[in-house]
Amino acid sequence: MMAENQALLKVENLGVCFTHGAMEAHALRGIDLSFYREEIHGLVGESGSGKTVTSTCIIGLLPSPPGKYTSGRILFNGVNLLGLSQAQMRTYRGRKIAMVFQEPSKYLNPAFKIGEQITEMLRLHLNMGKEQARERAKELLGLVGLGKDGRVLDSYPHELSGGMKQRAMIAIAISCNPEFLIADEPTTALDVTLQLQILSLIKKLKDLLGMGVLFISHDLGVVKEVADRVSVIYAGRIVETSTKGKLFDNPLHPYTKLLMLSIPDARRRGQRLATIPGRVPDADATPSGCAFHPRCPLADDRCKTENPELKEKENGHAAACHHAGESWKI
Amino acid sequence: MDLVRFFAKRFLRLLLTVFIISTLIFFVIRIIPGDPALIIAGVDATAEDIQIIREKLGTDRSLPMQYLGWLYSILRFDFGNSMISGEPVTKLIFERFPLTLTLALMGIAIGILVAIPLGVMSAVKRWSLWDYFGLVFSQAGMAIPSFWLGMVLLLLFAVKIPIFPLFGSESFAHYILPALSLGFGRAAVILRLARASMVEELSKEYVITARAKGLTERMVKYKHALKNALLPVITITGIELGYMLGGAIIIEQVFSLPGLGRLFLFGIYQRDFTLIQGGVVFVAIVFSMINFLADILYSVVNPKIRVE
Repeated sequence: MMAENQALLKVENLGVCFTHGAMEAHALRGIDLSFYREEIHGLVGESGSGKTVTSTCIIGLLPSPPGKYTSGRILFNGVNLLGLSQAQMRTYRGRKIAMVFQEPSKYLNPAFKIGEQITEMLRLHLNMGKEQARERAKELLGLVGLGKDGRVLDSYPHELSGGMKQRAMIAIAISCNPEFLIADEPTTALDVTLQLQILSLIKKLKDLLGMGVLFISHDLGVVKEVADRVSVIYAGRIVETSTKGKLFDNPLHPYTKLLMLSIPDARRRGQRLATIPGRVPDADATPSGCAFHPRCPLADDRCKTENPELKEKENGHAAACHHAGESWKI
Repeated sequence: MDLVRFFAKRFLRLLLTVFIISTLIFFVIRIIPGDPALIIAGVDATAEDIQIIREKLGTDRSLPMQYLGWLYSILRFDFGNSMISGEPVTKLIFERFPLTLTLALMGIAIGILVAIPLGVMSAVKRWSLWDYFGLVFSQAGMAIPSFWLGMVLLLLFAVKIPIFPLFGSESFAHYILPALSLGFGRAAVILRLARASMVEELSKEYVITARAKGLTERMVKYKHALKNALLPVITITGIELGYMLGGAIIIEQVFSLPGLGRLFLFGIYQRDFTLIQGGVVFVAIVFSMINFLADILYSVVNPKIRVE
């Protein structure tokens, strides 16, 4: 395992709270995540668990108000991003930390050609001239599989298919050779065959550019396909984190186990698919103790009062559970 | 290629609009009871006199023949002669048109120059002092009738404090007060739309992308959001300009400007049917052409419209 100080980006004890009048919603309740170069770190959780808030914080676009940091730091190459001004943060956004969004048809500007949406970044961050930026944009389109002839440069988003739009979105994100890429459910809006293509594209670009990648998904199957390391988030806390192999071979947290049982598997054909009873608690009404205890098959009295710390059980494999690794009768 | 086909389609639509309006005008005028020949001839005319006038007007021919003749005359842009002065209607219209066009263009310029920046600023700095000023301005602009504003402006700036001339249309200064009174109400409408449109665009997802790209707030708002926000504003501005060209009647009356509005108004007073029907078709053509131009401008800004 790599030493801690080699982490490209480190989220430490990050807490975020949204206020609406007197109501407080603790979206993140102290999360820790480490990201390394040339590694895809999958962040898995149900909707409302805090995945997107995490990415919003890293790219420095937490709307404030209503959002507020209650604790923690985000260290990028040792610099605390939360301590930067908006102007300083802008030299990171797009340049060093880039982002790919879920629905390219909404996240691409309909009124500008793809070429313009790429070159404006090159001109702003890398001070390229018009011609140079256009050449580079052409290369980038080739890199993401949109043809080497640069035809897409002069296309508007509505002229492209869903998969092409997502490729264009990725070309925009990687245009300035970012060190860190956030992919927020980049394949959710696409059909299955396209999903695989986009996933392998992200893997290819990660190796090629040596980027660290935060890959957010609600789909454990997709994460298994793409990630090197996986963290599971539940109600604003990381409940388990490990390398992909260890996590999928030996899940320690009952929530992770239940998530895996709910993936359809050809080997369990004909059996009923497991479901997790209940749903993710609202961020303004997180249960006491371990937030998962109302849905947990292993919960006892201690779980109701005492919130378990994220503890390393074996090398690099940590879980936040009083009963980590215990099994139950399904 | 896309673009050429789009233009051709829009141009056909323009021709169709003009054709439909011409047809409507032709039949509406014929449905209205009363024979223009009788009105022209007066009460003590003989049957022969009336027949002669009918031949002169062409109303002695059958209805289909009259209709074809009418369409043909429109194609040649010849609306016949005024029943009162005997001069060609086209000539009368073109004598007056420059004044009305100048007035409308100045009015819309005031509308655009005031309303778009104010509306966009209101949207960007919502619930700020700017925004409240914009809201009060647009409320006032919509509530105050333009003729009243015209009279007040005349009283204030031509009578009490004589900065601007009271009558006439010789110099640029003559146009300022009428253009202001005309533009104020239009500005109110455009401001409302510009604000609403900008507010909507600022909440779109691509704005988040623009920020995530590290662009400055200025680029995010005035490049990415504004281009999209201007789309509906272009359309409405075209329509407003069309209205002003046909509808400056009241303002021309208040400022005694000899424009199209006054020409048509007197035509109506004097039952000058050829002038009225020619005038209506002319306004329809101008209105359609402005919409055509607005559509073209719109398609340049918004390529999506071309493939619909």
